[in-house]
Amino acid sequence: MNTRELTCIVCPRGCRINVRLGDSGAPEEITGYSCPRGLEYAKTECTHPTRIVTSTVRTSGGGVVPVKTSAPVPKEDITAVMTAIKSVTAPLPVHIGDVLIKNVCGTGADILATDSRE
Amino acid sequence: MKCELVIVGAGPAGMAAAVSAYDAGIRDILLLERGEREGGILLQCIHNGFGLHRFGEELTGPEYAARYADMVRERGIRVLTGTTVISVSRDRRVTAVSRTEGYMTIECGAVILAMGCRERPRGALNIPGFRPSGVYTAGTAQKLVNIMGIMPGREVVILGSGDIGLIMARRMTLEGARVRAVCELLPYSGGLARNIEQCLNDFQIPLKLSHTVTGIHGRGRLSGVTISEVDKSRRPIPGTEEYIPCDTLLLSCGLLPENELTKGAGITLDRVTGGAVVDGGRQCDAPGIFACGNVLHVHDLVDYVSEEAALAGESAAEFIKSTRKKAEKSAGKAIGGRTTGEIANDAKADEIPPDVDIKITTDGRVRYTVPQRLRRAEDVRLYFRVSDVFRGATVLATLSDGRVIAKKKALHLAPGEMETLLLKGKDLAGVSSGEIKITLEAEE
Amino acid sequence: MYDIAIIGAGVVGGMLARELSRYTIKTVLLERAEDVAVGATKANSAIVHAGFDALPGTLKARFNVEGSRMMEGVCRDLGVKYQRNGSLVVGFSDDDLETLRELLARGEKNGVPGMRLLTEKEARGLEPNLGDGVKCALLAPSGAILCPYELCISAVGCAMDNGVTLRLSFPVEKIEKCGGVYELSGRGGSVSARYVINCAGVYSDDIAAMVGDESFHITPRRGEYMLLDRECGGLVSHTIFRCPSKMGKGILVSPTVDGNLLLGPTAEDIKDKEDTSTTAEGLATVRRSATEQVSKIDFSKVITSFAGLRAKGDTGDFIINSPAESFINVAGIESPGLTSAPAIAKYVVEFLRDMGAELAEKPDYNPKRAPMPHFRDMTEEERREAIARDPAFARVICRCETVTEGEILEAIRRNPRPSDVDGIKRRTRSTMGRCQGGFCTPYIVEILARELGIPEDQVTKSGGSSRIAADDLRGTEK
Repeated sequence: MNTRELTCIVCPRGCRINVRLGDSGAPEEITGYSCPRGLEYAKTECTHPTRIVTSTVRTSGGGVVPVKTSAPVPKEDITAVMTAIKSVTAPLPVHIGDVLIKNVCGTGADILATDSRE
Repeated sequence: MKCELVIVGAGPAGMAAAVSAYDAGIRDILLLERGEREGGILLQCIHNGFGLHRFGEELTGPEYAARYADMVRERGIRVLTGTTVISVSRDRRVTAVSRTEGYMTIECGAVILAMGCRERPRGALNIPGFRPSGVYTAGTAQKLVNIMGIMPGREVVILGSGDIGLIMARRMTLEGARVRAVCELLPYSGGLARNIEQCLNDFQIPLKLSHTVTGIHGRGRLSGVTISEVDKSRRPIPGTEEYIPCDTLLLSCGLLPENELTKGAGITLDRVTGGAVVDGGRQCDAPGIFACGNVLHVHDLVDYVSEEAALAGESAAEFIKSTRKKAEKSAGKAIGGRTTGEIANDAKADEIPPDVDIKITTDGRVRYTVPQRLRRAEDVRLYFRVSDVFRGATVLATLSDGRVIAKKKALHLAPGEMETLLLKGKDLAGVSSGEIKITLEAEE
Repeated sequence: MYDIAIIGAGVVGGMLARELSRYTIKTVLLERAEDVAVGATKANSAIVHAGFDALPGTLKARFNVEGSRMMEGVCRDLGVKYQRNGSLVVGFSDDDLETLRELLARGEKNGVPGMRLLTEKEARGLEPNLGDGVKCALLAPSGAILCPYELCISAVGCAMDNGVTLRLSFPVEKIEKCGGVYELSGRGGSVSARYVINCAGVYSDDIAAMVGDESFHITPRRGEYMLLDRECGGLVSHTIFRCPSKMGKGILVSPTVDGNLLLGPTAEDIKDKEDTSTTAEGLATVRRSATEQVSKIDFSKVITSFAGLRAKGDTGDFIINSPAESFINVAGIESPGLTSAPAIAKYVVEFLRDMGAELAEKPDYNPKRAPMPHFRDMTEEERREAIARDPAFARVICRCETVTEGEILEAIRRNPRPSDVDGIKRRTRSTMGRCQGGFCTPYIVEILARELGIPEDQVTKSGGSSRIAADDLRGTEK
């Protein structure tokens, strides 16, 4: 039997969550979280950890515009997502919330502009 | 030029203050912003994690700024960007310059200071060695990468584990740089636990606690740094030196409230926070001048900045209304043709009479509180930070007569996190003057 | 072909170039670095010495007192800040009092005006923050402060405005003489000149060796300094020296013309002519000594520390001679070199005349250079005018020192033109405030890139390999 100690990342409190893992690797007992989101995080973190990725995308004006994934993406896909983000150029104008890449790397998440550029 | 309320800085604090003052009935508001657009430092904080408290969802910095920029725009509040305030006087005269407006002198009914903070530079850290390029504060690097789209370097060492340093460790890594180490002088990190997790641990970046940079090498561009372990009194231990080749050193060694204008106005500053001494409404010791956000004390979360700024905005609105009333009285309601700014300036006794005058003191374990004094017998939330890591701690608010009026227990307190303690107005009512001492008791 | 080539655009070479620009000759000023004033000139004590240190009869004594007398007028002409704040040498013991008496006698012999010994009480009356152990002091009212690189930049600018050619990135690596003409060459190219003047600072022995003169040796003597926030500039009004020792004048505590407080230098003889690194020990020494001289120094207000190299000769005096035909050494110009620079320039011109150089006055020579516009020093009226003339003066770039884009553009357009962030710093003070460029560096990078027509990621801090950025986000590895 295995245990894992996690630091929750869903809010600034950073709760210490203890997870007891069963033989299959699935969490059997989770303690230390303070909210439902924390519990959800602990489950996901032990089975298929995900992260929101934020970065910038080049614009046709030569500058950059900040972006994020519309949902957390699998941790192992972060490198591929970054490569995809670097390979596109967003035509101006860009508006906050614009989808710059649809379903990035097949993760189901889109790359959204988080700011506007004229 | 005259204006009822001038707000210096249109970052998260300034915008929130403007919105709340507007909602409290003030219409003649001017937001002065040095940058080319409103948003302040949030514009370069492109990572997520903002707004959970304030908006109930996780936003990136620019998104959080956009929410407030929209609120400002919806209300038709005037914002002058590209405008730098040169001075603020105690009698609320603001001097500013801008390319479009030129040189401006504004007589203000009230002023809210919301200039934010700056980073502690290398010079202040006294790191010996050469002075090559490649040594930046984390925030400067953040601007280079996220706003200008240029990479400061490829092989990185970070000194200081404040949140900006941690965030930049991840950001640089995502952009293909190699972060060799994050060194922290103290035996614990000043950053949020979740940032250690998702910015360092996710990328196997080593966090070297009780380590500092003791040498900077390279004559044109940085070629490497020497790091050393430090003892309990934070002095480098001879023999522990390690050379790390790198082309970039990022410094995340603390933020300092940017109070040049405040000092110029002759406002009393708190030596610990580096910000003004304020009352519950965030009014400084100059009537009609308020301060909020990181210019007052460095916050850990922007959500709390907004909260504090809203409070300052309301207080400023109240101040302006009370000056209006007084002026109306003294002028026998014959105020035709006069601006409220003029009225505000005519009102000599323009301070709202306080119901109490209480000083809040701390024991050192609690480093500071904001506010530092109380002038109203109403509920007030004290913000404070502690000086060390404490486990099983109890924080107490005690009156001069020994009566404990507030108590807070916490399993874990750390200097990196801002804490709060609620004082009840009903407990303050009987205390016309004197002090409240904030103390901390801990198991270890 | 030039009549005269000056090697080294420090304050000595710069002042000389300006002096020579009075005459109808062709002068070229060669500098190995990418800007002027970046050797000993950029990092020293910024003091116009009164002249009581040097032994009577030496060149040092002569040029110090002469230079001190000339400096105020030179600064006025060149639009350079100068402040006669007076020097105070403090002693801690009876032995020190003896030394002060000797200094007084020496100063009087050298012609230093107005010196007098002060009792402890008198000294504290002048400077209430003197250290507890101070027992006596020597006052030299003619001591002054200025900004050495400002003086150098302005002198070179004035020389260029009057026709002198400046060649940057031109290290002289070889000197040959053919047909009565010197040919100086190196990575930057080659120029020929009838006369050569060696003002190469720590490299002046290497330059002299190129014409076969190995009669002297230069040792770089490193001095470390700490600079404190302008909040601390008022701690003392005089420059506070301590009694001199064999390693020089010791550490001083001085206000600067820009209102900061300067502490230093240490004195350490080293081998490396480029080693301007600071050390933990050196900074600790500065701290210890400064604290003895002046109390209440708030070391939490240190904004930067730095080191400079003095060109220490081995003859005990300035080395001004002619080791070869039509070749003049101006070497070993250690302290009081800054003070002496205007007097040395005059002297070298006479030297050239004696050598047969034909120096005819230029009718249109203009000895003046307009001061740099500094927004922070302007009155309200001047600020309004400046903004009306050019709205760039309403865009504040460096908030700590209140430097506007207008000033930065002015600096970029004036001789000698800067091409990197530190060049902008030395001309405008942007990045020199308490945040040390944290806020304004990105803006300066943008402005430099725009004005120089280069990509932002090519902008450097101080030339050469000192790029601000590694590459752009999609850039390939360096």
